Amino acid sequence: MLLIHCPYCDETLPEVEFAYAGEAHIARPADPSALTDEEWRDYLFIRTNARGPHYERWRHVHGCGRFFNALRDTVTDRFVTTYRIDEPRPVLTPLEAAE
Amino acid sequence: MQRFSAMSLLKNALTGHKNWREQWPDSQPKAEYDVVIVGAGGHGLGAAYYLAKEHGITNVAVIDKGWLGGGNTGRNTTIIRSNYLYDESARLYDHALDLWENLSQDLNYNVMYSKRGVMMLAHNVHDVQSFQRHIHANRLNGVDNRWLTKEEAKAFCPPLNISPDARYPVMGAALQMRAGTARHDAVAWGYARAAAARGVDIIQNCPVIAIRRGADGAVEGVDTAKGFIRAKKVAVSAAGNTSVVMDSAGVRMPLESYPLQALVSEPVKPIFPCVVMSNTVHAYISQSDKGELVIGSGTDQYTSYSQRGGLPLIEHTVAAICEVFPIFNRMRMLRKWGGIVDVTPDRSAILGKTPVKGLYVNCGWGTGGFKATPGAAHTLAWTVARDEPHPINAPFTLERFTTGRLIDEAAAAAVAH
Amino acid sequence: MSRYRIPGMGRVDPAAPVSFTFDGRRYTGLRGDTVASALLANGVHLMGRSFKYHRPRGPISAGSEEPNALIGTSRGPGRFEPNTRATVQELRQGLVTESQNKWPRLSFDIGAVNDRAYMLFSAGFYYKTFMWPRSFWDKVYEPFIRAAAGLGKSPTEADPDTYASRYLHTDVLVVGGGAAGIAAALAAAQSGAKVTLVDENPEMGGALLSDPSVRIDGRGSWAWLADQLSQLRAAGVTLMTRTTAIGYYHQNMVGLVERLTDHLDQPPQDAPRERMWRVRARQVILAQGALEKPLVFDGNDRPGVMLAGAAQTYLNRYGVKVGDNAAVVTCHDSAYYAAFDLVDAGGRVAVIVDTRDQVRPDLADAARSRDIQLLTGHTVTATGGRLRISSIRVNPVRNGRVGSGRRISCDALLVSGGWTPSLHLFSHTKGSLTWDADSQTFLPRHKTEACQIAGAGRGLWGYAEVLADGVTAGMAAITEIGRSAVATSARVEGDRPGTGSSQKELPTDRSAGKARAFVDYQNDVTAKDIRLAVREGMRSIEHVKRYTTNGMATDQGKMSNINGLMIAADALGKEPPQVGLTTFRPPYTPTSFGAFAGYHRGATFELTRKTPIDPWAEAHGAVFEPVSLWRRAWYFPRPGEDMHQAVARECRATRASVGIFDASTLGKIEVAGPDAVEFMNRMYTNPWTKLPPGRCRYGLLLGEDGFIRDDGVIGRMSPDLFHVTTTTGGAARVLNMMEDYLQTEWPDLNVWLTSTTEQWATIALNGPNARKVLEPLVEGLDLSDAAFPHMSVAECSVAGLPARLFRLSFTGELGFEINVPARHGLTLWNALMESGKAYDICPYGTETMHVLRAEKGYIIVGQDTDGTVTPQDAGLGWAIGKAKADFVGKRSLSRPDIVDPNRKQLVGLLTEDGSRLEEGAQIVLDPNQDVPMKMAGHVTSSYASDALGRPIAMAVITGGHGRMGETVHIPMPQGTIRAQITSTNFYDPDGERLKA
Repeated sequence: MLLIHCPYCDETLPEVEFAYAGEAHIARPADPSALTDEEWRDYLFIRTNARGPHYERWRHVHGCGRFFNALRDTVTDRFVTTYRIDEPRPVLTPLEAAE
Repeated sequence: MQRFSAMSLLKNALTGHKNWREQWPDSQPKAEYDVVIVGAGGHGLGAAYYLAKEHGITNVAVIDKGWLGGGNTGRNTTIIRSNYLYDESARLYDHALDLWENLSQDLNYNVMYSKRGVMMLAHNVHDVQSFQRHIHANRLNGVDNRWLTKEEAKAFCPPLNISPDARYPVMGAALQMRAGTARHDAVAWGYARAAAARGVDIIQNCPVIAIRRGADGAVEGVDTAKGFIRAKKVAVSAAGNTSVVMDSAGVRMPLESYPLQALVSEPVKPIFPCVVMSNTVHAYISQSDKGELVIGSGTDQYTSYSQRGGLPLIEHTVAAICEVFPIFNRMRMLRKWGGIVDVTPDRSAILGKTPVKGLYVNCGWGTGGFKATPGAAHTLAWTVARDEPHPINAPFTLERFTTGRLIDEAAAAAVAH
Repeated sequence: MSRYRIPGMGRVDPAAPVSFTFDGRRYTGLRGDTVASALLANGVHLMGRSFKYHRPRGPISAGSEEPNALIGTSRGPGRFEPNTRATVQELRQGLVTESQNKWPRLSFDIGAVNDRAYMLFSAGFYYKTFMWPRSFWDKVYEPFIRAAAGLGKSPTEADPDTYASRYLHTDVLVVGGGAAGIAAALAAAQSGAKVTLVDENPEMGGALLSDPSVRIDGRGSWAWLADQLSQLRAAGVTLMTRTTAIGYYHQNMVGLVERLTDHLDQPPQDAPRERMWRVRARQVILAQGALEKPLVFDGNDRPGVMLAGAAQTYLNRYGVKVGDNAAVVTCHDSAYYAAFDLVDAGGRVAVIVDTRDQVRPDLADAARSRDIQLLTGHTVTATGGRLRISSIRVNPVRNGRVGSGRRISCDALLVSGGWTPSLHLFSHTKGSLTWDADSQTFLPRHKTEACQIAGAGRGLWGYAEVLADGVTAGMAAITEIGRSAVATSARVEGDRPGTGSSQKELPTDRSAGKARAFVDYQNDVTAKDIRLAVREGMRSIEHVKRYTTNGMATDQGKMSNINGLMIAADALGKEPPQVGLTTFRPPYTPTSFGAFAGYHRGATFELTRKTPIDPWAEAHGAVFEPVSLWRRAWYFPRPGEDMHQAVARECRATRASVGIFDASTLGKIEVAGPDAVEFMNRMYTNPWTKLPPGRCRYGLLLGEDGFIRDDGVIGRMSPDLFHVTTTTGGAARVLNMMEDYLQTEWPDLNVWLTSTTEQWATIALNGPNARKVLEPLVEGLDLSDAAFPHMSVAECSVAGLPARLFRLSFTGELGFEINVPARHGLTLWNALMESGKAYDICPYGTETMHVLRAEKGYIIVGQDTDGTVTPQDAGLGWAIGKAKADFVGKRSLSRPDIVDPNRKQLVGLLTEDGSRLEEGAQIVLDPNQDVPMKMAGHVTSSYASDALGRPIAMAVITGGHGRMGETVHIPMPQGTIRAQITSTNFYDPDGERLKA
């Protein structure tokens, strides 16, 4: 069971309090009607599915209820960091990337 | 290929089994093949076998980053059934069932396909409606599947608890008698042996670094840990790792990879005659030929390539099994393990051509890939050989995610095993 | 005293005899015995039969790694468990045990005929045969194979015991209460850290319990142990025995299973049998020790053959001699100490056969001084005996050549193939291993979790070294968590250091093809099976394991993995690490399902949500149905009524006068804030801007893929407040979806979302007399049609309770939905029932609700839709705000396949013969086709309609909206039914009754 840090509660809590919510930083297009079918498909369905560092969303569903973002390594399941939904995507340091 | 038979077994027994030959050689890559298949699981090896057997294409390499059959082929709970709802799915899985029926003889390798019946439990009115819909659709598709009352279900599977006081009382069940299980490793080994005998090279421990495309965009071959291998046709059959491999060819996939856990109990004498699945309590169970109860459930919630998975899901799965089969509460779990399953938005596979010339893909089976093995491999071989869709795999395109013509098995069943 | 018990030895209580039975025969052991030690004390070695060949077997170990001595254990009805390790099960008064996998009895087993035909049952034999004729597989071969499966028998009754689970947070968790673990725990505890020490055995001490002659800090090891344990307790360390660390999970979570009652003569009433602990530790110290390996040679499985360390344990811990005349074969020094202890206790050891050419001089001297014949540079090539070993065949080995053999009599054979660190938990973490060529073992290398590994678990040997290492690990752990302490050291006298070599099969002068040299005892995998697998092209250890089943027995390879690897590596001509080590998987030892399930059984398997009205429904004979986590009243049968009759009556009463329905399970969400209307516009397909406060509207929610996700009536309470209702099953999903968009896509919107499902009790009144029932109870609101028309909402008082009152209808009748605070739900219900008496008010359940809504063509999301249905498909195009630029899912509605006119569309169906269609029945346009038929759709809802006097159905049909009046066909097993496509609005199509 993963331990997850909620950046809103500032507490590290067990996975059962959280719900995974898919890849992060996929913004809903401002004007969907302007998109081609292919572009709309990309928004709806295409995912990075990264093997390694993965930007993703979680919701502290049995806590504060907030959605937040996380950077997690999908090979080790280790969280590099979690951050608030309005914060920019953190850049991996070369060291972290090498890990 | 050295024939397997009761006679050959007896003959070899008398000579101390010294004369058995290797079932497949440990091949090293040649510079060029007509077809390279990425992923030496049942699907990849099967496609190579059918390419050689039915299309005369024998200059084929199957390459894998690890040992053949070491991925989901060797990690699944071996359930085989075809009672899917949509015509497209039912045809594909039933095609696979037809091939399963003769696979041991075809491969000269006993894959122990056991038609013990798969029973799916209905625990509420919604389940009943959904299963009735399956049963009627299956009947008109020529797929065997029938409704059992709860008493009939109990008679078919005596450990079942049909007490009306259960938290999720059993209201009935759908039974596909022709469904069952097979020995998973034997499927990989049988295909490997039969493919190798027809000239296919099986190259193990050779990770693919990238799929190389030429100036015209068409596939040129694959860069691997053992060097570049030239091929005008590359078929990716890499399950949980498909996204990563396809990404190297510049094709982004509608896939996410999740951990899927399974477990077995200590072996006991025969007590469980069939396969039972319950989508409502989220678990399924059968008993292996060795006597172990083989148990699985849905995926963990987060994407992962760790092949680990967490304790809470296992606790829920075991609780679910004990809820439906209370006699197993004192049984003991022997081991649990994890695999990586690649899941599409509509829980149906992607099988066939891609936008890239010479690149083919077989992925997105989620938790249901094993049962499809012969059918997927057989139709993929056709598509690779002719560069056109097989009538059965034609609906399983990538384009459906653009047009909206989804084959949404997830909509009808919470867990699409 | 039993024949093989040595008075004065062991930690058992000679004054406390314990009576038990094995295969129906009564035996007596002592308090502190295991079943295995007690049977051995009585001279019984034969305790089981192997899986494939049904070979007679005795215990080879004295611990949880036991592959052979598996028994059924029972404590009366419902309390039977198979495959219990006799070496672990503690004796209790009246324990009933039985042997397994034999017929008719353990000493004479018909199944042992397999052993005669062993040449046929080589590794993977089943892949090569049973294929002809094909039909024989289903009918003959497979049933035969399956009948032979398994070891013990499954329980057949429900388990009356309960199981508990707990969380535990600790600074340092030490796994393994041997010398290293105790030293580590004490070192860590001295820093003030919270320390937990766990061990799978009934008492702490590990190998120390089997080595009483060692002296530590000037005391005998047992006295030292007792002192250490009291120091640990004094330091506040939590000591947990009979507690197995089963798995090591992410971020230092370790699962423990504590066995609470299986050892007790009479468990306390209602005491849980086992408890699962989910431990979160800042540091984990793995001090799991090492496992002794058997040696692989012909006949190494005969009862009486036992690990040397196990014999030493039976002697010192249980006071049991495993034989009168033992022999020893070893490649490790440790077996000498077992032999010496046996002789010193008055036993006899005929010979020590050491496969090594050289042996430590002090050990050789010590053997000689005890009159033990020492044969270095020798091998064992056979054993004699049937149900018990009677002799061994010993041959010299010179320069790799095996000389001629001679027989030496013995009644027990102590074997030691050296030791392998127990790396199981470390492997669970995906920590990497390294092969140590000197010790020929795998050792831990790269760690992925915050853990330390101490003692024999990382290849150390001898108490002095192990104790010092334990202290080091304890210090390292507390340093990691920012604490400190002063390291201590212990002085060890009479230590038992040792080294050894590692072996594949022992050399033999006999045909290798004939040797029955077992690697995996339980699964009957022999050395030649492994070599055969390699010959057949199995090059990785995973393939070898799967092909031969080596390591897949209930000991999970603890006895067999390394030996199997050594043999496979030899056959491949590779170093072991190049062949690989199979992954160790949780649990460490087999673990009860009940412990995993914990409290999640029966009524508490998953919680059952009940409405405030539920007690009334139960008291009035409702039949319930489960709907998501809720239980809902399905129908209210009167005496003698079946479901059909009850539902017809409830329908009739509602349409004729008034019905009352508990709708409390409907999801309810409060959408509040200045931007509430904008938010609603973006989420739902409908336009909301112009909906005035006091009015409500049917809302439709899509996924971004354009398919219907949910629906419900939504009331605008005020300009900035919407009372949203959702489907019963969809409530949590809808709120999550709303929160997702609000928090992540539109954080600029000033809106608050609150789930109020549990806050409101919701009661629906439907029928021409609904107003008459309600009106007398309402204060502050004019209920007349003019003042409060259909689709109105208001706050008022009902029966003196604060209420939100909706005028809406899911039945086509004049209808009201009254929401009151949940705690008043029952009060309101009773008040309405009272007020309705004059109108024969009829409580109805979900089935009647379904029928009444179907008569009006109202859809149930999830029944008439299935996640592939768009608003247009469902005939709900009118619910889309055409002027809106965007809402969730809008873009998807213009995708090519979604605008296809031949999509399946929701229509009504009336059968020509008046029969009732089955829900889920498939529809075809051409009934005269062969299977597989081209299907055009299916029946989504079908009911006997009392109001229409005939069955009605709803269905989705390809291009259905353009096929009104056409005839379609429903092929059923009994024959094809013809039906006409109609509107779904079967009853009161103009909606006159709503406006009453």
